[in-house]
Order: sequence, then C-alpha cells, then structure tokens
Amino acid sequence: MAEKIKGSIYFKLFAVFFRVGLFTIGGGYAMLPMLRKEVVEKYGWATDEEMLDYFAIGQSTPGIIAINTSTFIGFKKGGILGAIFSTLGMVTPSWVIIISIAKFFDAFADNVYVASAFTGIRVIVVVLILNAVINMGKKSITNWIQAVIALGAFSIIVFTSISPIYVVIISGILGIIISSLKEGAKT
Amino acid sequence: MEYLYLFLIFFKVGIFTIGGGLAAIPLLQEEVLTRGWLTNLQFADMIAVSESTPGPIGVNIATYVGYSQYGILGSIIATLGLVTPSIIIIMLIAKFVMHYRDNKYVTGVFVGLRPAVTGLILAAAASIALISLVDIDLFKQTDKLIDLFNFKAIAMFFVFFILTNKWKQHPIYYIAIAGVIGILIF
Repeated sequence: MAEKIKGSIYFKLFAVFFRVGLFTIGGGYAMLPMLRKEVVEKYGWATDEEMLDYFAIGQSTPGIIAINTSTFIGFKKGGILGAIFSTLGMVTPSWVIIISIAKFFDAFADNVYVASAFTGIRVIVVVLILNAVINMGKKSITNWIQAVIALGAFSIIVFTSISPIYVVIISGILGIIISSLKEGAKT
Repeated sequence: MEYLYLFLIFFKVGIFTIGGGLAAIPLLQEEVLTRGWLTNLQFADMIAVSESTPGPIGVNIATYVGYSQYGILGSIIATLGLVTPSIIIIMLIAKFVMHYRDNKYVTGVFVGLRPAVTGLILAAAASIALISLVDIDLFKQTDKLIDLFNFKAIAMFFVFFILTNKWKQHPIYYIAIAGVIGILIF
C-alpha cells in the first residue's frame, strides 16, 4: 500500500510538470501561472511564498530557472526520485515537440498560422503572468519597504542591463537587515 | 565516446548558465560555432523555434542542437547534460534550506527576496508585453504614433484580463482560446 502511494506521487509529479512544460511558451517566469495553478491551488504542494523562494533560488543558482524550480518542488515532495521525475516531466514535451519539428516540419517557424497563433498566445501569457503576480504580490509585499524592493527590482530589470543575480543578492541582504532591525526594535 | 563528449559540453553549459534559458545562448553559441557544428544562421533559426515552441528555451535549444548532431539519442544526452548540474546543486540547496528553515538569517533573506522576485516576474511580463502589445519596428519606419500600438492585441489583453478574473479557469483553456483567436485576427 505504501509502495502504491509512493509510486503515485512520482507519476503525479511527472504528469504535473509534463503539463507545465507543454503549456509554457517562453520558459522561465512564463511558466509561473501554470505552475501556480497546479502546485499551489490544485495540489497544495507549496504556498505562494514558497513558490517565490524557489524562483529566487532558481534564478541565482547555476542551471536554467524552469529546471531548477521543478527540481526543487519535486525534491521537496518526493526526495531524489521526485526531483528526477519532475525534471523529466518538464523536459519530455520539449523532446517530443522539438524532434518532431526538426524531423518533419522544416517550415514550422515560417508557417503563417503558427505565427498568428503564437501572437495571440503571447498576449494571453502577459495577462496570466500579471494575474499570478497580483495574487502573489498580496502575500510577498506586506509593508512599504517590501513595496520599494519590488518596484526597485522591476525598474532595474526594465530600465538597466544589470543582471538579475545582483538584484537577488542585494534584496537578500536587505531582507536580513530589515528583519534584524525589526527584531532589534521589538526588544 | 562522442556521446560522453556531448554530455560534458552541455553539462558545462548547465553549470555556467545562471538564470533563464536565454542566458545559455551565448555559451552554447560559442560551443557550436567553434566546433563547426552549425552556422550562425542555423543557430539563429534554432533560437527562433525554441522561443516560440512550448517548454523551457534552454531545454529546447539543447534538444535541437543535440538532435542536429547525433540524432534522437544525441538530443536526449544533450538535455540530460544540461539539467544534471541543476538536479545536483538544487538538491543540496533544498536540503540546506529545509534544514535551516527556522534560522533567522535564512528567513530574513526571504523577507527581501520575495518582493524582489515579484518585481522580476513583473519585469518578465513587461518584456513580453513590449513585443506583443506594441510594434516598435513599424513605428520606427513610419514615425506615426498610431502605428506604435497593436490595437487588436491591446483589446485582447483587456478582454482577457477581465475574463480571467471573472472565470478562474485553468490557464490551459485560455492559452488554447488565445491561439485560436490569434489565427483568426492576426
């Protein structure tokens, strides 16, 4: 019985990340809406706050964000095997789709219907990410200092060419300072 | 032997890429060009396909390059090479974070990180909005302000923003509907 339950968590992890991989266009942060729907709302494997933590770690460690984040969630839910199954789920749609394109549809990228469909999808991706940011922002931004950090991070990425890694490092240090000061104020 | 070599090349790219899949492109470009695997134009085409198909961009490119050189087995080995450093490094970090979850410095770091990542994700949305809601190239050509905005896309943006907040369906539905609408109106 215990074996059966364990087996099913690996299958579930694979299936969830397969779906996320299949419906994520643009990679990285674009997978947030799908991931949030499945991992936070549907299965309750992580909270919104934890999801942001995983993205922060995924952003600032070697490897691509999408894989780092899926590995983290898989490891937390199912240990080493969970991490491996999640990552395999994430990359399997890529394998199937890219190999099919490379093999059969040389003209894929030039196809006018494909291009129009993706133009429409890109619009909706903006909406979906915006909705996810609004939902998560309610939990991640609880005071004015955090609002300044969020706005600062956004502005640095949009208006300068500074790497997001520095944003992550500096905001982490700021976080330690803020929480130490708060603790100091209490005692 | 060639497969081991392929694995190591992508393993190296995986270690030295920090951030999104786009960060892997310059590293990969150097590898494939210096080895004479692909021309710059072929590589550019692969990036275009990888950006517009489902899945993480870095994984798509690795699969594509691996397939172009050594077939299906090559694509699998290239992708495994790319993700192996992630699996090892993230598991070590996950263990550490789970163990020191209650440490005041670890919790303090996340007090700053969470709003910052919220800002980073919003910036990602803004960069996609910039290529899908406005048409800078056309504006540069004609210099007419009316050409800067892609009105059909902007109208679609607002309609879907209202719809998604009214009916909270799974993102898959909205992506499928948007694809069909895209074919009809663009």
